[in-house]
Amino acid sequence: MSKIAEAFGSGKALICFVTGGDPDLETTEELVAAMAGAGAAIVEIGVPFSDPVAEGPVIQGANARALASGTTLDALFATVRRIRARTGVPIAFLTYLNPVFRYGYGEFFAECERSGVDGIIVPDAPLEEQGEFKHIARAHGVDVISLIAPTSGDRVERIAREADGFVYMVSSLGVTGVRDGMPPRVGEAVAEIRRFTEAPVAIGFGIGTPGQAAEAASIADGAIVGSAIVEIVARLGRGSVGEVGRLVGEMKKAIDEAGAGGPR
Amino acid sequence: MGCSNGRFGEFGGQYVPETLMSEICRLEEAYLRLRGDPSFQAELSALLDSYAGRPSRLYFAEKMTRDLGGAKVYLKREDLNHTGSHKINNVLGQALLAKRMGKKRLIAETGAGQHGVATATAAALMGMECDIFMGREDTERQALNVYRMRLLGARVHSVTGGTMVLKDAVNEAMREWTRRVDDTHYVIGTVMGPHPFPTMVRDFQSVIGREAREQILKAEGSLPKAAIACVGGGSNAIGLFSAFLGDEGVRLIGCEAAGRGLDTGMHAATLSKGEVGVFHGMKSYFNQDGGGQIAQVYSISAGLDYPGVGPEHAFLRDMGRAEYVAVTDEQAVSAFEYIARTEGIVAAIESSHAIAHAMEAAPMYDREDSIVVCVSGRGDKDVAAIARHRGEDVRE
Repeated sequence: MSKIAEAFGSGKALICFVTGGDPDLETTEELVAAMAGAGAAIVEIGVPFSDPVAEGPVIQGANARALASGTTLDALFATVRRIRARTGVPIAFLTYLNPVFRYGYGEFFAECERSGVDGIIVPDAPLEEQGEFKHIARAHGVDVISLIAPTSGDRVERIAREADGFVYMVSSLGVTGVRDGMPPRVGEAVAEIRRFTEAPVAIGFGIGTPGQAAEAASIADGAIVGSAIVEIVARLGRGSVGEVGRLVGEMKKAIDEAGAGGPR
Repeated sequence: MGCSNGRFGEFGGQYVPETLMSEICRLEEAYLRLRGDPSFQAELSALLDSYAGRPSRLYFAEKMTRDLGGAKVYLKREDLNHTGSHKINNVLGQALLAKRMGKKRLIAETGAGQHGVATATAAALMGMECDIFMGREDTERQALNVYRMRLLGARVHSVTGGTMVLKDAVNEAMREWTRRVDDTHYVIGTVMGPHPFPTMVRDFQSVIGREAREQILKAEGSLPKAAIACVGGGSNAIGLFSAFLGDEGVRLIGCEAAGRGLDTGMHAATLSKGEVGVFHGMKSYFNQDGGGQIAQVYSISAGLDYPGVGPEHAFLRDMGRAEYVAVTDEQAVSAFEYIARTEGIVAAIESSHAIAHAMEAAPMYDREDSIVVCVSGRGDKDVAAIARHRGEDVRE
């Protein structure tokens, strides 16, 4: 079992996202350590891209700030190495395909393995387009985490059957960003995915409060929180570490208190 | 599941968020079904004829020919279509397809505004809702077209993210499609994006080449030595080229925007200067930096101001079937003025890139030879900007 899949073994997983290099890589390092310390089971680090088409305004802004601060993939790998000296929390890169393609698939996944990146999530590489890199990722022990959307329909089965790490279930239509509540029928969607895979299912898109995180984690195996964290970084910049740690801690507590603890 | 991913060699594909995958597979299915459906084709042909004004003329530019002293120059007059450009060919096809798929709303990106106007027009004609995404910089450069779209009943959204030009309008239109995909069709304006768009848009634009080939054979009794068109995403070019692909003696020449010059960093010449990458749903050439960040591009022409190019052009270039040249702002503006004075035709600044190259190419051929140049759109929208470029204080 991969390190990412194992992270679901000790109870419901809280998965936290931050854009790498927003506002700088030193802050990213501190944020990852703080989130891991506050109970994040997995951390996603966003690789900044000029044109993040799957993101809402909050994470778009983070991408722009990270690029303005000169963040590159090499610098991100170096940051992961520093993080690895402090915490063993599983790390996944969330990246658009072009920076990976330009880096070269072979070199990219070798560098993931060397620096300690355990998985990648590529929002613009659906299952059909993962063929050109998935075997390389697997050879380096890197999980390619697939997304399933409310519109996936008869695609759910194949995506779920081929899942590495966990299934990232997109709870609602549209781009990333905090929503008011969990859309209806999310539970049915999770059940549908579970028909086809043993891999854990985590719900993302729109989760902004401890209550929503607990609700998502009670429906599935984990909750993914992105924009709510990035919004704090946008507001407080280098001074955001404490407040992000507090939010993550509250979310973790809410998930545990919802009686959702314990392996599935 | 199981829709083909539409490759041209290594180029093309379907690099889009999962949320859109089922929809583009449905779109491909519907398109393949309707492509062979006589009632669909008849309805589209009737619209192209009675509404868009097809066939467009192939005009022998006699004065230009005499003046340049070489091949006979023929102009494919897409500027005479309803809404003033070749964009209407594709838009009517996609709108009709969307309608047959039960869609209620069309969305589109636009740079110069021509594709936005064409989409708003088709939406009005077919009684559909319409939302157009346009970079804020372009809404300011093309204020008149913004009003024109609103007049046609469309909502125009000024995009303030990123660099506020065409690629950002595409980003925002894609985001909107993921928000509301059920009743909405995204009318991509050129031969870019995920499969099936590059194939489907080419097919809808292939009417340009089919007509031109027939018309030149009728006029000259022989095929032209070259077919020349401007290339942003490349839809008018692929439409023209498609009919001549099997005619080995016909050179296919695409004209990209060299902006202020290929060495200035201020250009949009993707095939001349770009590298292979993955963006906007496709693998193709893109202007980008070494880290894979998409570059800011520049052209005096808002319609060519795009950092990518359709995957079939990438394929045709790499296999050596088509060639691509870069034309600067200054050359394009000179051609814009030249064809106005010489032939009495105000061509779009985009099309003027093709005309500029034709002015260089024509003298290299014999007088018995001919070349076909696509005038993809009319230049009324550009008059004020060109006047300002020449230092005259003209406001729209």
